[in-house]
Amino acid sequence: MAKRAAPEVNAGSMADIAFLLLIFFLVTTTIEVDSGINRKLPPIEESEEDVIIKQKNIFTVLLNGKDQLLVEDELMELKDLRAAAVEFLDNGGDGSCNYCKGNKDGSSSDNPDKAIISLKNERETTYKTYIAVQNELVAAYNELRNIRAQAQYGMSFVKMQADYRDVNWPGNKETLKEKINQIKVDYPQKLSEVQ
Amino acid sequence: MSKFKKKKSGEMPAVNTASLPDIVFMLLFFFMVATVMRQNTLLIDNNLPFADQVEKLDKKGLVMYIYAGKPSANYRQYGTEARIQLNDKFADVNEIAAFIAAERASKREELIPFLTTALKVDSDANMGLIGDIKQELRKVNALKINYTTKKGTVLGR
Repeated sequence: MAKRAAPEVNAGSMADIAFLLLIFFLVTTTIEVDSGINRKLPPIEESEEDVIIKQKNIFTVLLNGKDQLLVEDELMELKDLRAAAVEFLDNGGDGSCNYCKGNKDGSSSDNPDKAIISLKNERETTYKTYIAVQNELVAAYNELRNIRAQAQYGMSFVKMQADYRDVNWPGNKETLKEKINQIKVDYPQKLSEVQ
Repeated sequence: MSKFKKKKSGEMPAVNTASLPDIVFMLLFFFMVATVMRQNTLLIDNNLPFADQVEKLDKKGLVMYIYAGKPSANYRQYGTEARIQLNDKFADVNEIAAFIAAERASKREELIPFLTTALKVDSDANMGLIGDIKQELRKVNALKINYTTKKGTVLGR
């Protein structure tokens, strides 16, 4: 019996099938990584002894149910919050902070280590506004840390953090980590939330 | 009529498309590798707020997601108040503790301290709900949280 060659399979529709799959994966792909504001909640066990903090070292931010902002007993617009927070944190009232550039006002915070920002919101406050306020306060800290890092190490704090996270960064990560921690000690983020 | 009529020389030869499947497959493999499937089907409106001082959430496997927001158009029978969603279904505030315990049990023990809770909350939700969630998280000692936001300016609206 004569040997017959097997008929060739028509591969013309292969492109169509591949296109179909391609479009499916194109639509379902989400490449971006989630990002957001990191926070650490306070542990639940409360220490009985009350820490006494001077009133002048507390920067109170109140958010009411109508999304209005009351900062240090004064109504304030959101856009002014960052500058006000920077001014408060960088005040350096008792002179122990030799890198502070604030105006050393005796009635404002003693030094960045003692300065505490207290944020209080009501149940009716919208999440959007809350995040905006959080963002502005974090921005105030970042601004001061950037200035400090620029003066100390000639590099902004945000850049240092980005380098630290970058896998391909060629420099020494140990010393970079130390530098970052030093900046964090100089301007510690003390943001407390009142329930 | 001559039998050996000359072909018209003006006609262009067809482009060879034999390598088209290869190119398409290449793209296909790229997207297959890059794809991360959505873990949860959202039952709620989830329009995240904007912020610009953001940090990246690096390890995908070490994140627990809590969604909150108004039930979306197809789920209006659950009301119009903001609700919490855990793993494809609506949940109550007191179910968060169980959810966190389940998530922790599914991870390796040495990784548990690095777990972060990502709060994906609709921008129109109110803070009462968030406060309740935070209180629950404190009770189960899941203290690392991340308010997931979109990148953008807060003031420019």
